[in-house]
Amino acid sequence: MKVDRRSFLSFVIGGAAGTALTPLPWKLTDDLSIWSQNWPWTPVPPRGETTYVASTCTLCPGGCGISVRKVDDRVVKVEGLKGHPVNDGGICPLGLAGAQLLYSPTRVRAPLKKVNGSWREISWDTAIQEIADKLKELRGKGQPQSVAWVSDTDRGTVAELSKRFLTVYGSPNFIRTPSIQDSYELVLYLTQGQRAMAGFDLANATYVLSFGSGIIEGWGAPPHLFRAKSAMQQKGGKISQLEGRLSKTAAKADQFIPLKPGTEGALALGLVHVILKEGLYRKDIVQNHSAGSDALKKIAGDDFAPDAVSKATGVDAKTIVDLAKAFAGAKKPLAVCGRGNGRQEAGNAQEFLAVHFLNALMGSVNTAGGVFAVPEPDYVDWPEPEMDAAASAGMQQARLDGAGGKDFPLSRYLLNRLPEALGAGASSPVQVLFVNQANPVFSLMDTARVEKSLKKIPLIVSFSAFMDETAALAHYILPNHVYLERFEDVPAAQGFPKPFIGLAKPVVAPLFKTRHTGDAVIQLAKAVGGNVASAFGWDSYEACLKESLGDKWDALKEDGYWVDAKFSPAAFETKSKKFEFANADIALLPAYAALKAPGDDKTFPLTLIPFDTLRLASGPIGAPPFLVKSLEETLLQKNDGLVEINPADAQKLGLADGADAVLSTPKGTARVKVALSEGIMPGLVAMVRGLGHTAYDRFLAGKGVNINSLMSSVEAPGTGFEAAWGVRAQLTKA
Amino acid sequence: MDQPNNKRFGMVIDLDKCTGCGACMVACMAENNVPFREDDTDKLLSIAWMRVYRLKNGKSFPQAEECFLPRPCQHCEGHHGHSPCVSVCPATATDYDMQTGIVSQVPTRCFGCRYCMAACPYHVRQFNWWDPVWPDGMERSLNPDVSVRMRGIVEKCSFCYHRYQRALDKAYAEGRRDLKEHEYQTACTQACPAGAITFGDLNNPAHAVHKLAQPDMAHEGQSRNPKAFRLLERLGTNTKIYYLSSKEWVRKAGDTAVQKA
Repeated sequence: MKVDRRSFLSFVIGGAAGTALTPLPWKLTDDLSIWSQNWPWTPVPPRGETTYVASTCTLCPGGCGISVRKVDDRVVKVEGLKGHPVNDGGICPLGLAGAQLLYSPTRVRAPLKKVNGSWREISWDTAIQEIADKLKELRGKGQPQSVAWVSDTDRGTVAELSKRFLTVYGSPNFIRTPSIQDSYELVLYLTQGQRAMAGFDLANATYVLSFGSGIIEGWGAPPHLFRAKSAMQQKGGKISQLEGRLSKTAAKADQFIPLKPGTEGALALGLVHVILKEGLYRKDIVQNHSAGSDALKKIAGDDFAPDAVSKATGVDAKTIVDLAKAFAGAKKPLAVCGRGNGRQEAGNAQEFLAVHFLNALMGSVNTAGGVFAVPEPDYVDWPEPEMDAAASAGMQQARLDGAGGKDFPLSRYLLNRLPEALGAGASSPVQVLFVNQANPVFSLMDTARVEKSLKKIPLIVSFSAFMDETAALAHYILPNHVYLERFEDVPAAQGFPKPFIGLAKPVVAPLFKTRHTGDAVIQLAKAVGGNVASAFGWDSYEACLKESLGDKWDALKEDGYWVDAKFSPAAFETKSKKFEFANADIALLPAYAALKAPGDDKTFPLTLIPFDTLRLASGPIGAPPFLVKSLEETLLQKNDGLVEINPADAQKLGLADGADAVLSTPKGTARVKVALSEGIMPGLVAMVRGLGHTAYDRFLAGKGVNINSLMSSVEAPGTGFEAAWGVRAQLTKA
Repeated sequence: MDQPNNKRFGMVIDLDKCTGCGACMVACMAENNVPFREDDTDKLLSIAWMRVYRLKNGKSFPQAEECFLPRPCQHCEGHHGHSPCVSVCPATATDYDMQTGIVSQVPTRCFGCRYCMAACPYHVRQFNWWDPVWPDGMERSLNPDVSVRMRGIVEKCSFCYHRYQRALDKAYAEGRRDLKEHEYQTACTQACPAGAITFGDLNNPAHAVHKLAQPDMAHEGQSRNPKAFRLLERLGTNTKIYYLSSKEWVRKAGDTAVQKA
């Protein structure tokens, strides 16, 4: 057949018209999309009965109530518990992503033992027996004190079981991870004679002066403070934020006052100076309920006059006077401190003391809108264990970290000093280290030093539910249940102004061959035998928990929490029975001095400071995928961490927004990208904390830089606390 | 059909209270089976029904100020339900529901032409360039009330419509025809720890959203509250998300452009 022009055109035009008119292409497109939507590898979530279980979140010390939504036996979502005294329905991003932690691919599924550098699954009985054999051997050699235990808390039944184990075994080396609780507890003890936790009644304050505290960035009990802050500002209350960077808290405060970081204590003493000089303090309260106020004139002497403080802090003298007047003039002023989320370092106790003095001068201690001394929980009231000779001898030994010793008589725990205590030599004074709910290899300052020193310990036992950095370094992992699979008491809600107990409940049966750390400790004690075994009479952790909580158990199981609604704080327990601005213990601390960021100014012209975000997890938890996904592009781009710098500084260094750069500090270097920000003080650079993991899943590992690997530890004089707030740094073009 | 008892579900977000924490984003992701990828840092490709933007006042340190702006689907009503995306969808995959004021998105109808994404002035719509993959075992956390979306289709915020259906079912089972205000709340509203988000029926004078937004229905829902504004109001999209701010620069920023986070 011959194709002429006419037939060709009719074919093309006819074909085009036909194609347009027939529904075939549209039908095909639709069918194609329906087909592609039914590919078998796309999950179809199974239906089932929806139920809600009330429990308590243990992912941070905040103690929030949670309502866990289940569909049959699956956890589908974690939500805030309405009507809960701490969070009343509100919840933070990490809490919301709880189901991703339960079903995380990085969970440790069975007890593991490291054999020739790789993990081998072993049975619980074998693992416990092998560790117990080693412990018996050490005890036989008269070295029970060479066993140490690191934990994120020293309260609640699991921590108490661990402490009891160490005591009756014969080691004083139970060490809590550093946080601002160390400083706050010390300050309450020094001035009020109370072993108590600090609680803040932010909701009823009318003016909050925050010395760099991340009130809405994880400090205290996060959702509780979010609500309190909203309520307080709604009623006309004001917040002044003092720090070197426009943090989220600063951005949402009523007033942001740039302050050179590390000089918070100087400013607090400067305010005390003005308040004393102008007689602005509450004379009735100071005269009747305090002692030693004369000493304040010396503590906040002429060195802290506005001009001198202005030079140190970068806040001008008039602002200092105005601030003092605003604070003193407020009906219910409240001063808070502890930078960022306050979960990484203990801080400089003298700075906390100065801030607490401000509250005391204005009568904001133990009153509505002020700071409360919340008593430590007392429900763990077990009979004293019977100590044998080995235990008593071991407990006589000095603590490895030096806490409570002659150099640091006032401190209780100094984990930051552990690397130093492990010494430079080849042998380690610690033969066995237990790690529970802590990830020191990631979260202590100068991680390379920490890792190197921990590697000297012949036996590390981790109770981690996840393969975190410290677990990866361990020799045994005895995996705990995840919080949605276990009972556990939450002995306090950090920063909450009332005594509180929460109960975490098993929402689902354990998914893997994990075991409750409480049970593991009891079984370990029984395997060690002798007096150690007889100190643990319980059959199981649950029995121990039930017995400890006593008459509160039923209410806790029903409601998930117990709160002392009518709480009124106890009278001061100092010698004078008053608030003491000065006494023999306080005199043990050297006078306040601002601590410098380590590193020399010439090589390192900038100062690197860390900051926190609620879009990342801190402490022993690694951020689940939803959190990493929600991170701002100013914090992470592909696998590069970003460092925030003022455009003026960047211009001097020839760095554009998004440029590749090298950040170096005395402790290390890292490749970063540059994020220009008008919210940071010239001279400072900042990086977020919580990135740069080497462990966990592909959604978190290898992303960004762990700022702790660039930081250098700073030991506060008098207390030995970790007080690193920054480090000198250099930023150069890559 | 415009009927007297029609609802207009909407939201008021108090930017003075919003802290930018991101709880709304994560609550939304967990509620709505939003997929995630190993590298989700390119925000043009990363799917989030709710996104928190950061607004800046453009001044230098220390006068620089920031404000956070959560952005769900704005559920535009336009003129009589002609929202920008609904008008362009060739597959009727997105529709304006006159009874609730919710702009729906039906994943199985969508064939991925992405006209709606081009039409939306608020970047609330995102395309699934990849099949969603959950790490082994994590698919157990998926919510059966919300379909998992495939490669090749567009998705966006639904005002947690499944929660409305669930609440209605419950009410019907109890012999009621109408819902109480608290019975239908979106996941982001429920989660917000700062109490910045208020959700409810803008047509119902008893609802908190109505009191805060004070919509003037004679003028396409414009707010009578001097602190309130809507995003790009001048486009006439007649959105149902009202923002409150006591700062003028924030209110102004809302009608120009949303800066990068």
